[in-house]
Amino acid sequence: MNWNWDHVDEFMPLFWDGVELTLKALFFGTLIAFSLGLVWAVAQRSEKKWIRWPVTVVTEFIRNTPLLVQLFFLFYVVPEWGPSMSPLTTGIVGLGLHYSTYTSEVYRAGIEGVPAGQWEAATALSLSKRRTWTSVILPQAVRRVIPALGNYVIVMLKESPQMAAIGALDMLGQAQNYSQTTFTFEAISVVGVAFIVIAYPASLLLRVLERRLVR
Amino acid sequence: MSSEFFGNWFLPGIWITVQVTFLSAALAFVIAFPIGVLRTSRLWIVRFLAGAYFEIFRSTSSLVFMFWIAFTVPPLFNISFQPMFAGVLALGITYGAYASEIVRGALAAVPPAQREAGIALNFTPMQRLRRIELPQAWPEMIPPFNNLLIELLKGTSLVSLIAVADMTFAGDLLRLVKNESAPIYTLLLALYFVFAFILTRGMRLLERHAKKRVGQTPEKTSLFGGLRAKSSIDVVSGTGGAK
Repeated sequence: MNWNWDHVDEFMPLFWDGVELTLKALFFGTLIAFSLGLVWAVAQRSEKKWIRWPVTVVTEFIRNTPLLVQLFFLFYVVPEWGPSMSPLTTGIVGLGLHYSTYTSEVYRAGIEGVPAGQWEAATALSLSKRRTWTSVILPQAVRRVIPALGNYVIVMLKESPQMAAIGALDMLGQAQNYSQTTFTFEAISVVGVAFIVIAYPASLLLRVLERRLVR
Repeated sequence: MSSEFFGNWFLPGIWITVQVTFLSAALAFVIAFPIGVLRTSRLWIVRFLAGAYFEIFRSTSSLVFMFWIAFTVPPLFNISFQPMFAGVLALGITYGAYASEIVRGALAAVPPAQREAGIALNFTPMQRLRRIELPQAWPEMIPPFNNLLIELLKGTSLVSLIAVADMTFAGDLLRLVKNESAPIYTLLLALYFVFAFILTRGMRLLERHAKKRVGQTPEKTSLFGGLRAKSSIDVVSGTGGAK
């Protein structure tokens, strides 16, 4: 074994750049995943077949194909038809889109968990469809699914290194670059530890949150 | 896409994806059972160690772990191995941790009276596990295993990043050579989807079979019903955990 702390010191500034990019991607990716997921979930409960079917097919397709290939698709194929995006933007869109199909499943469970009596009560009060969703169903559904949504923030954190493959230099990307130019291995180990240091306390926090909210 | 490239890169790539999927699934499976059983142990130190294994791999990115095995372990310990070995090892160990949580959850769901019945019959702990607890827990494990297998299949695309020539790698290479991306990546996405679909269908059959054997009624399924994660909150994320 020949571990060298000098390499760790040298890598640190790059590491923080990577952390910044990871957090940016995580924040905006989460925003997309959480909001788009809700749209998918509500659309899948639509009474109109022409809304329900395409949404189901699209979400199933996204869910059952790898994020990495989707990132390649967004980065190399989409610019042929439309706008070209920076690696970071592509990463954010990719992460958000991919995990929106997972969060939609979470929302679905939350919506189905709202007692049928609540729907009936809304009908009895002759609330409009929009009112039923926004004032009765969703407030009850969303509260219950917050811990489960939180899990996906951690999952997205763990999957974000894939952005490095399209050139968005997150923690892993920086480590990879550093290691390849200096032929050392300390940087990747640092990043590995960093993930444990961030993700494990986060999951403990979620467990506390879960106990508080789901009662 | 010329047939030459297809034959030289894409078909072998598909075969490598299949190999990586099944090898790492097998490794995950082999790891999951002992770890899952140990996590129900009465000795706290055993429970703690098995739990630590789960927590560590749940909290790290499988890609970072894969890079670590592929690029850090060889120079650190002066050994060398094929990138595919590193990929399978990383995926197997990571998904083994998730799968152990499924095993633990399913074992915990077996009614305690069943264990007590085994004790009353003077079964050894091993006999109880093999003849009473596992046969009952098994049908419960299949649907979450199914979800995990899909995750694993998609996870295999990561091995392309440590230079294993799987189908994603072949696609990426083709893009560079042909300078054309739309048909390649569309085909890739379709391939992964078809594989996921076939795996899900296969696991559904297995589930029906297992449920019939223990006398439970198998559920009816629709075409897309099988693809929808049943307990995606717990399983796909690997961060929730079955009760």
